[in-house]
Amino acid sequence: MTAETAIARLREGLGIEATGEDPKRPLDARHLVVTVPVERWIEGLGFARDTLGCRYFCHLTAVDWKAEGFEVVCRVESLETHLGLTVKTRIPREAPCPSLTGLYRGALWMERECYELFGIRFEGHPDLRRLLLPEDWEGYPLRKDYAVDTPHPPYR
Amino acid sequence: MEIKPPIPVIPPPAWEEVKDLQEWVKYRQERPGGDQVSEAVQGLWDRLEHFPGGWLAVSSTTKVFNWARKSSMWPVTFGLACCAIEMMATFASRFDVERFGMVPWASPRHADLMIVSGTVTIKMAPMLKRIYEQMADPKWCISMGSCANSGGPFRHGYHVVKGVDRVVPVDVYVPGCPPTPESLMFGILKLHERVAEYQQTGRRSAPGAPSD
Repeated sequence: MTAETAIARLREGLGIEATGEDPKRPLDARHLVVTVPVERWIEGLGFARDTLGCRYFCHLTAVDWKAEGFEVVCRVESLETHLGLTVKTRIPREAPCPSLTGLYRGALWMERECYELFGIRFEGHPDLRRLLLPEDWEGYPLRKDYAVDTPHPPYR
Repeated sequence: MEIKPPIPVIPPPAWEEVKDLQEWVKYRQERPGGDQVSEAVQGLWDRLEHFPGGWLAVSSTTKVFNWARKSSMWPVTFGLACCAIEMMATFASRFDVERFGMVPWASPRHADLMIVSGTVTIKMAPMLKRIYEQMADPKWCISMGSCANSGGPFRHGYHVVKGVDRVVPVDVYVPGCPPTPESLMFGILKLHERVAEYQQTGRRSAPGAPSD
């Protein structure tokens, strides 16, 4: 699938403009970026999975834009047609985000990791608990207001 | 008009003022009581040492025991991260350590050397301390790579212990990221020099002691 085809199908199906990742480089179907409002998060990714054939869930993570909230970034790929789509959405700071576990099973642990490192609650996640940090950890480490040298006795 | 010299006059560094060294001195783990030795053997050894002419027997047998310790030092396989690959390379056939008698042994109860290779995280540190405590005396520790020496490239991360010497007392530090097998071999041979100075009553040489 070429990049123009994918952009056209996204425009007709969702009404959202997709762009290339880097404006200085030519448009590549493996690196397309779509920004979706959070109300259409599940609808948009459902469209990507069913209509565009992106059945491989690469990763889900978040960016902390301090006053403007969090930006949840997720990448889905279609391995047959070589289409890679990065889907982003902005959520306000303490707001929850809909969970993608209904659509993609691979989002299960990635949303757990995102929850324990950023504090973003995912609604509809069957098992939202911490994945990597030890049980007695307090705070959300990857937030910008978390001090990196927070003492953690006895070893720090 | 007087022209000032262009060369700035910088005072020489006073090492006690360097913040990282202060931190190291503050947090470094030491063995509080020294190595554990059996009281009966210790008493026997002391009496023999003070017996006229007994010092000869004590010093020559100490040399023999230290030679035996350094020639058959079994490391417990403690590879945590990428340095483990270089440790495996050192243990493999090209840079063999078995010719020094070092058989990598998985059980800490039977081992007497722990080569900490890799980043020590806060979650892993109690486990590392537990394995070190399970080893029998006399035991040594080599800190391999910059992550084990001081936290390495990840020193300012939220999850990293800034050096394994905050968890266990270290005898030899091997720098590198990762250290080449030759560097690790040099560290092991330097540890052998330290073992040669290890005395029967359990006294070790200080970490900064000069060696030739």
